[in-house]
Amino acid sequence: MTSNRLSGPLDDVSADAGYPNDHPTRVGFFTDTSVCIGCKACEVACKEWNGLPDPEADLLTLTGMSYDNTGALGSQSWRHVAFIEQAAPPASALSRESALSRDEDGDLIISALVDGSADGDSGATRWLMASDVCKHCTHAGCLDVCPTGALVRTEFGTVIVQPDVCNGCAYCVSACPFGVIDRREGDGRAWKCTMCYDRLRGGLEPACAKACPTDSIQFGPLDELRVTAQARLDELHAAGVSEARLYGADPDDGIGGAGAFFLLLDEPEVYGLPPDPVVTTKDLPSMWRWAGIAAGVVAAGVIAAFSEGWAERVKGGAS
Amino acid sequence: MTEQLTVPPADFASYYGRPILKVTRWREPHLPAYLFLGELSGAAAVLGVAAAARRRPALVRAGRLVAAAAAQAGAAFLTAELGRPERFHNMLRVAKPTSPMSMGSWILVSHSGLTAAAAASSVTGRLDGIGSAAAAASAVTGPLLAAYPGVLLANTAVPAWHTAHRELPVLFAGGALTAAAAAGLVAGALSGDPADLGPARRLALIGAAVEGAAEFALERRTDIATEPYREGQSAMMLRGARLTTALGAAVALGARRSRLAALTSASLLAGGGLLAKYAVLRAGVASAKDPKYVVQTQRDAKT
Repeated sequence: MTSNRLSGPLDDVSADAGYPNDHPTRVGFFTDTSVCIGCKACEVACKEWNGLPDPEADLLTLTGMSYDNTGALGSQSWRHVAFIEQAAPPASALSRESALSRDEDGDLIISALVDGSADGDSGATRWLMASDVCKHCTHAGCLDVCPTGALVRTEFGTVIVQPDVCNGCAYCVSACPFGVIDRREGDGRAWKCTMCYDRLRGGLEPACAKACPTDSIQFGPLDELRVTAQARLDELHAAGVSEARLYGADPDDGIGGAGAFFLLLDEPEVYGLPPDPVVTTKDLPSMWRWAGIAAGVVAAGVIAAFSEGWAERVKGGAS
Repeated sequence: MTEQLTVPPADFASYYGRPILKVTRWREPHLPAYLFLGELSGAAAVLGVAAAARRRPALVRAGRLVAAAAAQAGAAFLTAELGRPERFHNMLRVAKPTSPMSMGSWILVSHSGLTAAAAASSVTGRLDGIGSAAAAASAVTGPLLAAYPGVLLANTAVPAWHTAHRELPVLFAGGALTAAAAAGLVAGALSGDPADLGPARRLALIGAAVEGAAEFALERRTDIATEPYREGQSAMMLRGARLTTALGAAVALGARRSRLAALTSASLLAGGGLLAKYAVLRAGVASAKDPKYVVQTQRDAKT
């Protein structure tokens, strides 16, 4: 197990963090964007439950980005619903079926709206919606680089910031490969999704999952969610939605698999997600080696400068 | 620039052109100032010890005083950068090898304590044995303080920093040497003894060679993540830093007896080093702001 401390699959993140063997099972989110209807109930429930401040509440800011006026995840938006209006891939079943359609068995439901020709010619448009959230990485860059120990792994395998410890150094902000965590202006500390740690402690599911009316946000043991997600992916592929793919579900990826993963209908970057993120600390041993060499250069450089013989050989002495 | 042809044309989608990463909260002048002062303090501490071995008292004193003052000033900039400065001491709750900032905090605290003791002994003329022992220990913490910020920046998701994890520590090592050379040139000019200028002038040449080589290496890279070192404002600043440092070294060559030349060289060396820190910060910001750097870098790594 020690070989996977910095990267690669890790079976039990909580045990790795030092919790006893009877710790709770690792939980997570499976966000199935193919049934997201963009209602933003998750954003609202998150803000309400977690009491997230909005210093710009008086300002009505319209971004011009479809129905997205939240913009991005940040210190006071821990769920963010993205809206993408685009041409439907001609090869996809979404170019032929209508919105919120069911297949002959009555169990295929897709929320991406389709408008335009019904025969698969170009011109069909669709509307992708996706609720983004902290990925609670198996190998979390924010957690690795935090110098105060404010960021910790919980007994549920999630990653949280302890507000009473954080001193706002902002290292985590630059270390997150997803651009999730941020320092809050006026407060000075870093904040992000806690997966409703207080609710988990009380045996409740996180507020966003509770509020989601279409079960686009599913909460549960991570192992079970991965099975559920694979079944949904197979169902969509069988129905001809060939562009469906899972994101963050693979323990062999650059972050050891995400605790919050997704089913997407396009490339990750279309949703503002990095295509293949790698935890920065994977390369840390090499970085320290180069710093060691550099430190040696500093010492050797000064010693050489005081070596008079060197000077005489090179340029005939200094005086 | 033929090497840029190897970078494939950007053809990727993004979410309304928005950044994927959060742009760093580290800002000007705090971060560049901290990097500069840290490397100055680190190499100046070594300079003081080397000067003691060569019996150059003016340089010993200068090395100790500059090392102590720069460490304190650097720590002040670092603390001012925090969102909650009054909680700086939380840096010392834990020691985490995966966090270069944790390691750096311990190095900085050790180094500033040692350099303060050495400087105090030098100023008061008391407790010479303890002062020399502290100075000797600071010659160990000094190079670490100068080099670790390369890991501090590289151990992030910022493409221009992470990808340059070999060049950045060397760049900061070179910067440490030129900064200490600048301190030595000023001390030599003040002491009026040409023999004090000799080591400082040689240090200027060595430092400029290391710093210039690292800057040149950054500019010569061809991958997309390091593009901000080749193009745009950050690239102009990096080139400017390289030329300023080279000029400072050239003037140092001729500063055999001239006080004015020594002071001019010191200004150029310090200015070039500081400018390089600004260039590195801005390159990081540029590479975090445009999603193409994240997407293309990760695509290239996959293929």
